[in-house]
Amino acid sequence: MSNDYEDDGPTDPSRRRVMECATWIGTGLVWTLAGGIPTTLAALGEASAAEAKFTFLQISDSHIGFKAPAYPDVPGTLTKAIGLAKSMRNEAAFILHTGDITHLAKPEQFDTAHGINQGAGMTIHHVPGEHDMLDPGKKLYLERYGKGTKGMGWYSFDAGGAHFIGLVNVVDTLPSGLWLLGQEQLSWLRDDLKSVSSSTPIVLFAHVPLWAVYPQWGWGTADAPAAFAMLKRFGSVTVLNGHIHQVLQKVEGNVTFHSALSTSFPQPAPGSAPHPGPMMMMPADQVTRHLGIRTVKYRTGQSQLATIDKTLA
Amino acid sequence: MRLFILTACLAGLLIPAMARAATVPVVIDNYAFSPKTVVVHAGDSVMWTNKDSVPHTVKALDGAFDSATIDPGKTYRFTFAKAGDHAYRCGIHPEMRATVTVKP
Repeated sequence: MSNDYEDDGPTDPSRRRVMECATWIGTGLVWTLAGGIPTTLAALGEASAAEAKFTFLQISDSHIGFKAPAYPDVPGTLTKAIGLAKSMRNEAAFILHTGDITHLAKPEQFDTAHGINQGAGMTIHHVPGEHDMLDPGKKLYLERYGKGTKGMGWYSFDAGGAHFIGLVNVVDTLPSGLWLLGQEQLSWLRDDLKSVSSSTPIVLFAHVPLWAVYPQWGWGTADAPAAFAMLKRFGSVTVLNGHIHQVLQKVEGNVTFHSALSTSFPQPAPGSAPHPGPMMMMPADQVTRHLGIRTVKYRTGQSQLATIDKTLA
Repeated sequence: MRLFILTACLAGLLIPAMARAATVPVVIDNYAFSPKTVVVHAGDSVMWTNKDSVPHTVKALDGAFDSATIDPGKTYRFTFAKAGDHAYRCGIHPEMRATVTVKP
């Protein structure tokens, strides 16, 4: 492990490179700051990154099986993203994958993704995207990634002093098109939270945004407010999602929402295009600027989670 | 093989004799159904062809039909037995909406 790390080059230049490439978005969640945009960006510099007690990564929307003129090699861009993850495996505990591993939920697409993902040499905690559950019965995803999970693949675990909850909001929709967690999952969540102390940072991860990013495109979860009602007593709640292939952030009371980049293709900003499909007119040399992975840093005892979105450019 | 050809020929002869059921095409492309409104008669079918690069579905809001996933390049066909109006959408992309009107 350490040999591989050294092969990647001396620590300082590589860290400097990280900083140059990083797109800093609303990092530094200070939970006492209710309703405002965190303003601690400058404070979370290189030094504080080094002090982070617990770090994990987020990867999303690899869409293996998708191909378009502007995006001819999504396995290649995933491989690049996984390479970045691998270069951070000495500091990061694991990867959260927020869904759409495949484009069409075909066995060979799952196989290809699995082969590439394994290259990180890290544990990956998955939740499904709707593209992973296109087959009747959703068996392909659940057989591969559903072991030890409840219902359609939800589960929780503890790590680094935080409580991680993987939710599934890609199975049912309302007629309006908004996605649903469903009663069964909400009941499970209520039970799951019973044994968690209010001072424990909560990290929720799911595929579709758990806030109403743009309901006209189905970018939201209709019954998420029921989940957040259960989370009111917690000091720090961080929500990570994929699905919309772009970095967006929102703070609402004790909850901070972060939407992640894809490793495959970008989608338009909410309402900025006639439809939410892949941005097909992207010039080839611009593509990797819109793809990437995320690092999340948590400092024990400080209730701060910082996200760094790093592009593949 | 001979039996197959014979059967095929018979089927070919039989089709004109049956009710003049039409199949109306609807193309799914660029996250839209085209045409957005189709009018058919009871007994007719609508055939949706997904020409997009992403999967879509065809899902009636009244529950009359639900294609499940239509992969890129694939089709889904539904035959309408009774008169009525059916608003439908893509089950994955809610902004994709259209209607089928079935006349007696």
